[in-house]
Amino acid sequence: MDRSLARYIWKHTWRQQVWILCIVGLSMIPYFMSFDLPKQIVNGPIQGDGFDGPDAVQPFLALSLDLPFVGTADLFSGFMLTREQMLYALSFFFLFLVVVNGLFKFYINTYKGRLGERMLRRTRFELVDRVLRFPPFQFKRVKAAEVATMVKDEVEPLGGFIGDAFVQPALLGGQAITAMVFIMVQNVWLGLIAAVVVGVQLAIIPRMRRRLLVLGRERQLTARQLSGRVGEIVDGIGAIHINDTSNYERADIAARLGRIFQIRYDLYQWKFMVKFINNFLAQVTPFLFYMIGGYLALRGRLDVGQLVAVIAAYKDLPGPLKELIDWDQIRQDVQIKYSQVVEQFSIDRVLDPKLQAIDDKPSVRLEGPLSAVNLSLADDTGAALVQHVSFSVEPGEAVALVSTSTGGAEALAEAVARLNWPESGKLMAGDRDLLELPESVVGRRISYASSDAHLFSGTIRDNLLYGLKHAPLRVAQYDGDLARKRSWEVSEARKAGNPEYDINSDWIDYESAGAKGPDDLYSAIRPILDSVILTRDILELGLRSSLVPAEHPELVSRIVEVREGLRERLEADGMSDVIVPFEPGSYNSEATVGENLLFGTTGAELSGPALAANPYFQQVLEASGLDRDLYGMGLEIAAHAIELFADLPPDHPFFQQLDFMTADQIPLYQSLLQKLKGKPYEQATPEERVQIISLSFAYVEPKHRFGLLTDALKARIVEARTRFYEGLPDALRASFEPYDPERYMAAATVIDNMLFGRIAHNHPDAPEHIRTVVRDLLEDLDLFDDVLSVGLGFDVGVAGKRLTRQQRQKLDIARALLKRADFLVLNRPLSALEQRVQDQILRNVLEEARREPYDPAILWVLSNPALSNYFDRVLVFDEGTLHGDGTHETLAAGNGIFTALLSQ
Amino acid sequence: MLNDEVTMLKKIPLFSGVAPSKLKLLAFTSDRVSYGAGQTLFRQGDEGDAAYVILSGTADVLVNAPSGQIKVAELTPNSIVGEIAILCDVSRTATVTASAPLEALRIRKDHFLRLLREFPEMTIEIIRVLANRVSSTTAELIEARSHH
Repeated sequence: MDRSLARYIWKHTWRQQVWILCIVGLSMIPYFMSFDLPKQIVNGPIQGDGFDGPDAVQPFLALSLDLPFVGTADLFSGFMLTREQMLYALSFFFLFLVVVNGLFKFYINTYKGRLGERMLRRTRFELVDRVLRFPPFQFKRVKAAEVATMVKDEVEPLGGFIGDAFVQPALLGGQAITAMVFIMVQNVWLGLIAAVVVGVQLAIIPRMRRRLLVLGRERQLTARQLSGRVGEIVDGIGAIHINDTSNYERADIAARLGRIFQIRYDLYQWKFMVKFINNFLAQVTPFLFYMIGGYLALRGRLDVGQLVAVIAAYKDLPGPLKELIDWDQIRQDVQIKYSQVVEQFSIDRVLDPKLQAIDDKPSVRLEGPLSAVNLSLADDTGAALVQHVSFSVEPGEAVALVSTSTGGAEALAEAVARLNWPESGKLMAGDRDLLELPESVVGRRISYASSDAHLFSGTIRDNLLYGLKHAPLRVAQYDGDLARKRSWEVSEARKAGNPEYDINSDWIDYESAGAKGPDDLYSAIRPILDSVILTRDILELGLRSSLVPAEHPELVSRIVEVREGLRERLEADGMSDVIVPFEPGSYNSEATVGENLLFGTTGAELSGPALAANPYFQQVLEASGLDRDLYGMGLEIAAHAIELFADLPPDHPFFQQLDFMTADQIPLYQSLLQKLKGKPYEQATPEERVQIISLSFAYVEPKHRFGLLTDALKARIVEARTRFYEGLPDALRASFEPYDPERYMAAATVIDNMLFGRIAHNHPDAPEHIRTVVRDLLEDLDLFDDVLSVGLGFDVGVAGKRLTRQQRQKLDIARALLKRADFLVLNRPLSALEQRVQDQILRNVLEEARREPYDPAILWVLSNPALSNYFDRVLVFDEGTLHGDGTHETLAAGNGIFTALLSQ
Repeated sequence: MLNDEVTMLKKIPLFSGVAPSKLKLLAFTSDRVSYGAGQTLFRQGDEGDAAYVILSGTADVLVNAPSGQIKVAELTPNSIVGEIAILCDVSRTATVTASAPLEALRIRKDHFLRLLREFPEMTIEIIRVLANRVSSTTAELIEARSHH
């Protein structure tokens, strides 16, 4: 990127700048015409100049040219109009000019705005493009939040400035010079006075503003650092809580804000000081005109008419001048911001764009061995990690890298993935230097997973397939309006120097994952998820999520079959009583009273505390007489709860058992109970009734065992259920879905849809058993992949934080496997898992990676050296050098470091 | 119901000296569970996470032996089982299987320990019961030794 902003702008927008200058010039014609017109209207038709008699006429729109030698050439003699007609004609002409001027202004402003926004888009894109090409060590020095601030906020003012970059000085300069010349023509001496003052202004003010610019730069830096620190606080919030350093952080932030305040206050002081001086200089000139001009007039050396004309003309000078100085101020400010940002983004050894060129052809195998030739690696401080290591790995070979803690095997694996660049020596793929290969080869033919798996926010599916999205392979097709929109997007992207790739195209390279297309992708994914033991986790996530019915028609349409299948299987296991199904017309004893009343899934207006307060629901309760029963029930529950919990401190873990109320509601219910106990229902206020009745909604007899539900009451609750549904107002009906054994409930989770009932509370092992049965059932009904697909749609959250660390690591390996690369590099990828699972996954992955027809070379940095017997060859590292290279048996027999590692 | 369970708990020596309000809390924070004949409450070697108070029905206490499982005791209503594993963090020393439809109160480990910590009278009662058991075991041991 160009260091000079003006050059940068000119280079990319000179055509548009020239065009807009021409348009501005053209717009001056109607602008000046409209100045002259009021005079013509007043003098002509209104005061009657040239209209001597009532029938006198004057030409309108006569056009003539005064040519030297030839004389006057009449081009158009005009329409002859009477005085009144002339008034209308001129007035409408005035209106016409107003419209034309407005339209010019409109066009110019939109044009400038668009120009600026396009440039801003280009700049932002170029910055992010550079981030994508930064060398790996750069990221140890920059804070993510600071880069984001630069891209988002700091280049923002550029957009506003770019449209005015050349037009504004031309326009204002022109106006100022015109005014100056006019004064000069009237009187040279007065003109010189004005010129001197303007000169002083132009010399002093920008100089004084230089300090403003320094302060502005400081403000920018401190603000950027502030956002970096805030980002760090958010990322490191755990460490802050653990170490009780929140007040240290507060002090740090307060100090930074203090510094920013100081800079900003300084800025204000200077700004208004400069403004004061500027205004003063502008006002001094008329003072000199009055005094010196007046003196000259008294002496008779200047006539009064000239003096008045000069003073009038001077009125037009300070305006453009001030704006010109302001423009210069903005220019310098933007220039500083721009060069600051450019400086941050100008780094040595940025990747050549050619290395990242998009390639939509199927990738070619990396032939030949992967070899390290006299390779040395260092960290960003220059400390050596690996020194002069040479080895080579043949295609198809499985090599374990075993290392002491200072051995450097991890750094080596990073280097193979190009996350660290060699200090000296080389990594070669066949006969080519790994660093010179384009990413379209390395990124597809080498896959890498490590212990700090990075996931992007999005679904599990997005993350799993992330390693396959190299190019828009199946271009999205658009029709009609969408096609027009797309071609507009493409042309805009071109104009702003952005790429045209369509994010909505299908970027997934199914072929390299071993699938033919989106439809049989699961056949490629399933064995990989199985091998890293992640299938069950994802299935669980799927079972616990709710789905969009339109996206999973198969599962939704066969839900009844699943429900029946589940019942049959549980019956066969002699466990038919572990699920109490929802049956319209009967009370479900394992569900809450509230659930039994509603018997359906609801929106927010009918869930939780809102239910008891809902007017329609209250009306239903009243009509069925249940309000009194539930009120009585609520009172009893309150009495029980207070008896049990009143003595316990509010943070006691037993409160988790209390579903009806929270610990801090205990005193409230205690006083309510004292007030209402033994009193008839009528004496409670409506609010108190709601508070008491809502307690009854969470009650489940087998769980709480207060003995409050009689069969008669249950029957009446079921009755109220029907009444509730029949009169349901439309506003509530939209979000209410009754339990229906024949239908899928969109708002409920997949597992709830399958159970269609509640698990009995008296079977502690039931949930686990049901889970096993559900898994088998889905497999047998051929619905497993559908639920898996729901689970793959689970949103992993920021950096995958909604998954466990174990799940993240497994997902990272799965992603690496799915690419089916020629070299699979695994850098202690399972550190978060327990040893037994690590062993299991390692064996699975080795098998899955080399399943026919695949035959990649595998480099695995092991956490547990004992597992190296699963590999063809073992490399032993210590102190950054290679200390052994051979099979597990030979090394175990004769290599000291290896045997020491094994015996740990 | 909760109140019946409190009456039951009251009959168990371990809890007989504990105030009824505390027993009610214990009952409320426990789960009421039921098992069919032949279903297993827990297995030998499992980690102990709960104790069980038998409310109705019977269960067999089985120990693994080289020749297969040996029944070493039978549990009847009002007995407590599994409390050793939750008191001293050892794995289950026996398998318990319902021999007839069984109703029990499942007291989770953390709840049980919490109650002990908070209500010393309950702890003392438990110590008393355990001490009694130790002394009777010692007596049995002396008896057994003297026969050899």
